[in-house]
Amino acid sequence: MTNHFADIGNADAVLIMGSNAAEHHPIAFKWVLRAKDKGAPVIHVDPKFSRTSARSSYHVPLRSGTDIPFMGGMIKYILDNELYFKEYVVEYTNSAFIVGEKFAFTDGLFSGYDLAKRKYDKSSWAFEKDANGTPKRDTTLSHPRSVFQLMKKHYSRYTLEEVSSITGVSQDDLLKVYKAYAATGKPDKSGTVLYALGWTQHTVGVQNIRLSAIMQLLLGNIGVAGGGINALRGEPNVQGSTDHCILYHIIPGYLPMPHAGWATLADYQKANTPVSKDPLSANWWQNKPKYVVSLFKAWFGDNATPENGFGYDMLPKIEPGEDYSYMYLFDRMYKGKIKGGFVYGTNPAQSVPNSHKVRKALDKLDWLVVGEIHHTETSEFWHRPGANPKKIKTEVFLLPSAQRGEKEGTISNSGRWHMWHYKAAEPLGQSKAMGAMVVDIMNSVRKLYQAEGGTYSDPVLKLDWPATYEPDDMAKRINGKFTRDVKIGDKEYKKGQQVPTFVQLQADGSTSSLNWLYCGGYTDADGNLSKRRDLTQTPMQAAINLFPKFSWAWPVNRRILYNRASVDLNGKPYAPAKAVIAWEGGKWVGDVPDGGWPPMSTGKGKYPFIMQTEGHGQLYGPGREDGPFPEHYEPAETPVKSHAFSAQLSSPVYKRIQSDMDVLAVPADPRFPIVLTTYSMTEHWCGGGDTRNTPPLLEAEPQQYVEMSPQLAEEKGIKNGDVVVVESARGKVEAVAMVTIRMRPFKVQGRIIHEIGMPFCFGWTTRKCGDATNRLTPSVGDPNTTIPEYKASLVNIRKATKVTEL
Amino acid sequence: MPKAFLIDTSRCTACRGCQVACKEWKNFPAVPTKQRGTHQNPPDLTHYNFKLVRFSEHMEDGTVHWNFFPDQCRHCIDAPCLAASAVPGAIIKDEASGAIIYTAKTVKEDFASIRSACPYDIPRKDPKTKQIVKCNMCIDRVQANLLPICVKTCAMGAMNFGERSAMLKLAAERLVTVQRTFPKAQLLNKDDVSVIYLVTDAPATYHKFAVADASDAPGMTRKEMLAGAFAPLRKIAQSVQG
Repeated sequence: MTNHFADIGNADAVLIMGSNAAEHHPIAFKWVLRAKDKGAPVIHVDPKFSRTSARSSYHVPLRSGTDIPFMGGMIKYILDNELYFKEYVVEYTNSAFIVGEKFAFTDGLFSGYDLAKRKYDKSSWAFEKDANGTPKRDTTLSHPRSVFQLMKKHYSRYTLEEVSSITGVSQDDLLKVYKAYAATGKPDKSGTVLYALGWTQHTVGVQNIRLSAIMQLLLGNIGVAGGGINALRGEPNVQGSTDHCILYHIIPGYLPMPHAGWATLADYQKANTPVSKDPLSANWWQNKPKYVVSLFKAWFGDNATPENGFGYDMLPKIEPGEDYSYMYLFDRMYKGKIKGGFVYGTNPAQSVPNSHKVRKALDKLDWLVVGEIHHTETSEFWHRPGANPKKIKTEVFLLPSAQRGEKEGTISNSGRWHMWHYKAAEPLGQSKAMGAMVVDIMNSVRKLYQAEGGTYSDPVLKLDWPATYEPDDMAKRINGKFTRDVKIGDKEYKKGQQVPTFVQLQADGSTSSLNWLYCGGYTDADGNLSKRRDLTQTPMQAAINLFPKFSWAWPVNRRILYNRASVDLNGKPYAPAKAVIAWEGGKWVGDVPDGGWPPMSTGKGKYPFIMQTEGHGQLYGPGREDGPFPEHYEPAETPVKSHAFSAQLSSPVYKRIQSDMDVLAVPADPRFPIVLTTYSMTEHWCGGGDTRNTPPLLEAEPQQYVEMSPQLAEEKGIKNGDVVVVESARGKVEAVAMVTIRMRPFKVQGRIIHEIGMPFCFGWTTRKCGDATNRLTPSVGDPNTTIPEYKASLVNIRKATKVTEL
Repeated sequence: MPKAFLIDTSRCTACRGCQVACKEWKNFPAVPTKQRGTHQNPPDLTHYNFKLVRFSEHMEDGTVHWNFFPDQCRHCIDAPCLAASAVPGAIIKDEASGAIIYTAKTVKEDFASIRSACPYDIPRKDPKTKQIVKCNMCIDRVQANLLPICVKTCAMGAMNFGERSAMLKLAAERLVTVQRTFPKAQLLNKDDVSVIYLVTDAPATYHKFAVADASDAPGMTRKEMLAGAFAPLRKIAQSVQG
């Protein structure tokens, strides 16, 4: 989130799209109701009428995978009717930047496309620069190659007629949403976008969010109270685990994963440290080397020296361009290239697409360690229905994990609040916190290496590894400390002292920090700030429901990111009634400003979008794998043969796994004419491994179901409560038909397209509750993140003649 | 001063936190359930489910209405079940809170009479203990100055609990606000019950027994009607409901 949960109540309009907020964030949804109480329209755009829709002002159903046309139409509406916030757009976004002459967009393809590699060479997307190397700007926004004009041209094709035809949303409904939301373009109004996996889990997932960023920047809704782009992260500490690098392409603090192309630390730093020649651009990532070296110091302690690149030389490195994310990992496993591994607190046999393949892949392992509270479809894969345990060689170890209430530590919520939770009970039996499992196992490995030696043991033996897992010690290490006495400016710091904020982190080895973002969260002066529950605030903070002393938020306790975009060039809030910051008496008051520089008009200011090299919000985003402007591409499995936006049916660069088990339906496949979308629900948590073992929750949602419209049910001769078989090119799933008016057929390109929806939480280890929905879904993903396209694939349904799973 | 609930369904997201919390606080086991083509589960109140969120959907002018009704005992001011009770001390009213409480002595009651006396179809019989059971307003919590667990667990402000006067005031205020968007909004039987529902749609679109409607029985007091003359109808209704 750029903002935070309690801020949602400040919005003048709430757009919930790609999220079922009431069901998946059932507590936080109260802030949405608060905005609604104050008169904000709450707009829910989603294929299904859900519990969120029931509490929204209105629901607009759209076909899965057509969010970009829907939003593209909004961009056109905002531009055509000049509803954007002009001063903000000119000053704070890259609208005035001139794009280089080589950039082109032709019939769905951006310049630089390589068909053989299914990849773009992005060099032609670069900005045109002046003699100093600063991007050229035309603040009249009239230059034909200005971002503004290119954007206008790009979205001119997203007419109401075409958008309506592809999304299945009526023109009246489109206009109703566009009008209500675009009203937040007024300087003193704000609108918030709440999204979740309904936007990310597409082959165009990143571009769905990019387009919302474009919309929010045009309306001046970033950096302001009641605005922002707000990812509702999952309950299992998704925010915290992403910050600490659960994904393969980064190391903690969103630093790039070292790869074999960068042989030395100097190579790594040079390749990853952006340079800006513009004195008005803070270009915050220029500090990256400090965060990198501090991280390595935290990993290797005294063994991190300038001679070994502070430990960089000891790090394992990935191959440049290789994809190590889940779908590729299980593909390698399926192809026998992985011998064993550890699975902690996740249930891939249930939650990774094409589950049949995932389950077969696990058969190929020699050994598997699962850290879990309960037996899951992953820990039990070797005796799943249809498998013969005698023929499966894998040795499986199940390490019992402590429940949440049986351990202490931190969780980061979607608003980046770092919050401590306390242990309420001792873990049952031999169960342990997962942190303790990792620390103990590594200590055993270290002992083995110490006793027996081994090939290149340095990366294991030279770690600064704790003897036991202590959450408080870990929290301190995450913040980081000084490794020797140092003087920064006129201030002296002693060896062993906690680093006060990431501003003091150094690239010379004098500081350590396991994650620069969290530096400042556990200091000598204030202790562990994630334990704070102080509700005091200034009247200005009270006006926007901002509680600076409740827990602690990264970065540096800033609650609303890019908040200097909420004020004009003189530091005066655009929305005085809900000011985030203001320049008063020579200083900033309110939230922690995004950098303490004075207002822009003083000439000593810095552009507000400090994490962008050029300092401006990116209407044009030349860094993504699939183009600088979001463009409509159909899902990898689509019910249509063509669309009006271009000849490029699906994304030219989406990721697709190749194996004998990875088959896809063809476009408008007559065998699979129905769109399937998948989701979670309030009562079950993710793959359900935890909640299916919680009796009152299983009582409330006991079995696999499929939600479908009465029209489709009639066509197929299905009655409410019948067991049906849902079938895709990859597998079959039995489910109870839930025939409901909450699902509606879509009129797309003049014909009816049906969509059905299924939860993914039911698995065979819970008796007669059904089995994995993901046996249906394809292994295709977004080109930037490889997140799978769970939200749109093709299936067919029929009444079951025999029931085995339910 | 008696207590009351305001259940503001215009704020309910049917998260079922109340339904689950009720079971947890009372330490009730789960009952076996099946998916039957609806999210409502268990299908009805049981001896282990004193609180149940009912889901009901219909289309009106092309707009989906999905109505949620967190059903529970209304703790009637003049409780028909208490009036119908034949066993002294089996059904009692806690004067301090207004809670209607079923004791162990209900084993001697005629279950059919008690159930049919209730205009909201709340009482259930525990097949093991033979006691008649239902919500007791979390009297253990209320007497310890704690909120009933269903109220405590509700983050949306749908479940409210407090002094009856305060709840009536809140109900009146909320009604005015909600009626701006939903002209059909109303408070159900507010003068007769301690659990006042605010609904935005016709009561029948939530639940067959959402409201006790005495309008068809002119010349009778509500109590007479509910406790007596209405009983045969209620029995029929139960058999229809199954």
